[in-house]
Amino acid sequence: MNAPLRRVGVVVLVLFGLLFLNLNWVQAYKADAYRTDEHNGRVQLSEYQHQRGVIAVVAGRDQVPIAKSIETNDTLKYQRQYPLNPAAYAAITGYKPVSGIPTNIERAEDDFLSGNAAALFSDRLREVFTGNKSSGGNVLLTINKNVQEKAYNDLINNNSGAKNGAVVALDPTTGAILAMATTPSYDPNLITTHDTNAASAAFNQFNKDPAKPLLNRATQETFPPGSTMKVIISAAALTDLGYNPQTVIPAGPSYTPIPGGGFTIHNAHPSICPDATITLILALTQSCNTGFAQLGVKLGADKVKAMAQGFGFEDNGLTIAGDGNKAMTVVPSHTGAMTGDNGQDDPNFVAQSSIGQKDVRITPMQGALIAATVANGGNQMRPYLIDKLQAPDLTTTSQSAPKVLRQPVNGQVAGYLQEMMESVVQRGTGTKAKIDGFRVGGKTGTAQNSEDDGDHGWFIGWVMKDGRPICAVAVFLQNAGSGGSAEATRIAGDVMKTVITERGLK
Amino acid sequence: MTASAAPLASPSAPSATAGFRMPTRRNSELVLLLLAMVVVTAYAGAVEYALVGKVSADFWIQPFLLLLVFLATHVGLRFLAPYADPAILPAVALLNGLGVAFLRRLDLGRTSAPQRADLGALSGDGFRQLIWTLAAIIVSMVALWVVRDHRVLSRYAYTLGLTGIVLVMIPAVLPASLSEVNGAKLWIRFGSFFQIQPGEFAKILLLSFFAYYLVRKREVLALASRRFLGIDFPRGRDLGPVLLVWVLSLLVLVFEKDLGTSLMYFGMFVVTLYIATERVSWLIIGLLLFFGGAFLAYVLGAAFGGPFANFHERVIIWLDPFKDANGDGFQLVQSLLGLGTGGLFGSGPGRGIPYMADIHRFILPEVQNDFIFAGFGEEIGLFGLTALLMLYLVIAERGLRAAIAVRDSFGKLMAGGLAFTLALQVFVIVGGVTKLIPLTGQTTPFLSAGGSSLMANWLLIAMLLRVSDASRRPASVGTGGGSAPVKLAGLATEVMR
Repeated sequence: MNAPLRRVGVVVLVLFGLLFLNLNWVQAYKADAYRTDEHNGRVQLSEYQHQRGVIAVVAGRDQVPIAKSIETNDTLKYQRQYPLNPAAYAAITGYKPVSGIPTNIERAEDDFLSGNAAALFSDRLREVFTGNKSSGGNVLLTINKNVQEKAYNDLINNNSGAKNGAVVALDPTTGAILAMATTPSYDPNLITTHDTNAASAAFNQFNKDPAKPLLNRATQETFPPGSTMKVIISAAALTDLGYNPQTVIPAGPSYTPIPGGGFTIHNAHPSICPDATITLILALTQSCNTGFAQLGVKLGADKVKAMAQGFGFEDNGLTIAGDGNKAMTVVPSHTGAMTGDNGQDDPNFVAQSSIGQKDVRITPMQGALIAATVANGGNQMRPYLIDKLQAPDLTTTSQSAPKVLRQPVNGQVAGYLQEMMESVVQRGTGTKAKIDGFRVGGKTGTAQNSEDDGDHGWFIGWVMKDGRPICAVAVFLQNAGSGGSAEATRIAGDVMKTVITERGLK
Repeated sequence: MTASAAPLASPSAPSATAGFRMPTRRNSELVLLLLAMVVVTAYAGAVEYALVGKVSADFWIQPFLLLLVFLATHVGLRFLAPYADPAILPAVALLNGLGVAFLRRLDLGRTSAPQRADLGALSGDGFRQLIWTLAAIIVSMVALWVVRDHRVLSRYAYTLGLTGIVLVMIPAVLPASLSEVNGAKLWIRFGSFFQIQPGEFAKILLLSFFAYYLVRKREVLALASRRFLGIDFPRGRDLGPVLLVWVLSLLVLVFEKDLGTSLMYFGMFVVTLYIATERVSWLIIGLLLFFGGAFLAYVLGAAFGGPFANFHERVIIWLDPFKDANGDGFQLVQSLLGLGTGGLFGSGPGRGIPYMADIHRFILPEVQNDFIFAGFGEEIGLFGLTALLMLYLVIAERGLRAAIAVRDSFGKLMAGGLAFTLALQVFVIVGGVTKLIPLTGQTTPFLSAGGSSLMANWLLIAMLLRVSDASRRPASVGTGGGSAPVKLAGLATEVMR
């Protein structure tokens, strides 16, 4: 029996060898990943020994913090606070809870804010020798304080009684996000309190609230765009069919895509494009459904989809801050299905999709991108939230560089679209967005949503002066009912005026 | 039998020189034991310094009590098992002492910083573990005193085996409210205060029976009938016993919801079977049966749930604990994160953070029981854990050494089985908390808080020491304590392999 006993000894050695190898895997190879894993409560605990960096927005020539850490007498030395109008910025800052996973900028730039990022390595090294615990790095946003708060307050106090809404304002030439507001919102201070029971109670309350205050409607939810889709159809007609704004297109009081098919498209009001034909520019100005439905069918689903993708639809990878799995993402907008059961274009579907109904869904961010692209001569700039990252000693460690994402239309077509959108604001459905002394263009949208709820109200538009775009904006009012798009237009005008003031152009 | 040691130390060789005394090595044991206690005291002192900021007079109470207890054990061995292996007791005492010190560390960690200095040395889990250690050692010494010759056990093999089976079954038939802790039905609970894990004791009893049974049947079981791929396979009808134990262990898996215990019993049986018969085919059959059974339980758990659901869930967690890191996977995830945070060298004794910001909630659940190894891992790192593993390895290999050296088959099987069982238990629990295998509810021998585990493992060590003593004792000296050797019919004529 001694031979097998010796072999059992070897088996025991092998078992322990496996344990040893596996421990090497866990404690050596994976050690760094585990040590900094977001589920590791120790990370948070040790993080609270350092002062976390601030998140700041632009206010005039300066920056003001919208998130900062203050010293306390608790076990956790620093407490995270959102001092400035917290609900207006919650969709941007997110929150950094004691136990749990941070969100938004707090998550996207977690390493930098906490001082663990590679870019701050030299600071950490210095700390080893000097013994001073330095604070984390600062994140300076592109957000403008007055624009953001104007957008948020206008949403809260909108005249349509819409409870949910979103505003996105971009600098069309760079893609810098000047404002990104969503309602309803929440107070992130309630989630970052050191009383973890109160914090999780607050979180649970927000999370279960049917109004979904934690949801950023500007980037995380899509809605039918209504007539704002007509800008895409116009772009496709100008590009693929060689039209110009004065090209005459078929219109009329009603349009039946499949004769005898039982489905007919009407205009919002009998006074809109009652004649058999209309110029393209007038069709957009009046928001002529029958004209654009026929134009869409003439283009065909493929060209409509291609142009929509050119403007950023179906983009799965768009982020506005951070990298990898911590990035702040924008959910893709979709054109949806336009084919029937036989795999061919279904004219009914194409017609409906061309006026932003059927399965077309966009984020308010996508709406702002469409306007910004037109304003910027056809070049779509990557939208971004972070202007620069600043080390604790206030030296800049990284500065965002504007980047062209795509060019769906050429300069000439963009010029035509500007002319047409300007006409909408000058003499069409968007007159409430007029700003004296500036060139303003845009497109309203009213999207049917369901039988019971009111229609969504949209406005996407831009403002420029001397041929130079200043701001592009999208305003969305969910279930605003009749007059929703007019109210959205008014808010857009308000926001653009604020940007003009902030730029010192007036 | 092969003479494994130096010729002079060979137990079968009668000493030629009159007056020559076989060295008992008790003094080596004393030196090693004192060394172990120095390590334990240094560790406990480092913990105290890290958490309280000073080493008070009060601190010395626990290390001193531990020293007294283990010195008494050492003195007891001088009388009860003078020829026992000198490395086993110090290794076990070191593990046990570190366990007490770590539980004390958790007591301190649970207390808010200003009150730590006032936490009495005679309170908390650490002190309770110390008392359990004392009780376990007293029971073990009594066992050594009663069992003067391990072969006595074979006389009561059926009684012991039956008792073992009953102990295994009790938690399975008890309602969950009286037997379930953390999803595993392994316990007998009397209220929330007192709970024992009868399976811990059952493994020793079952092993005595296995050893007895296999000594009787080994010739039959070793008969080969078919040769396949160069390996001799047993006759179909001889598969009976192994199938029976297999079914039993699967029942354990299903009704006690614990893969670890099931794996332990079955592994224990298969290995003793292999040692007895020297047929590799038994190992292969055993492994195939076990993995087949486990796979079947997994598939059934996925398809039907019911009694198999728990096992299926454990496997799912094991495959990707981070998928539900705050839910089902929480324990394993936190265990891995703790180990990873410790890294190579650990944060230092008392300098880890097994608890949450509000200090009353531990980040690492069950850190005093199932996850004590992970708790250690954060503070003593890969190097420290490797040292702990080496201690277990020393105990297991020394146990196997005793099995090789002892003269009778029953003793060989008994010691070999016990040593392997201990190693297997360490493998199952450490493998579980480090995600090598699915996590199960085993205790970590000598480290985990809890009386039944401690007592059962000390009894296991007592039996190993008993066999080890027999293996190294010169034939002329007689059994420990001078009583007459026990005669067992049949043993004298046994063919040694």
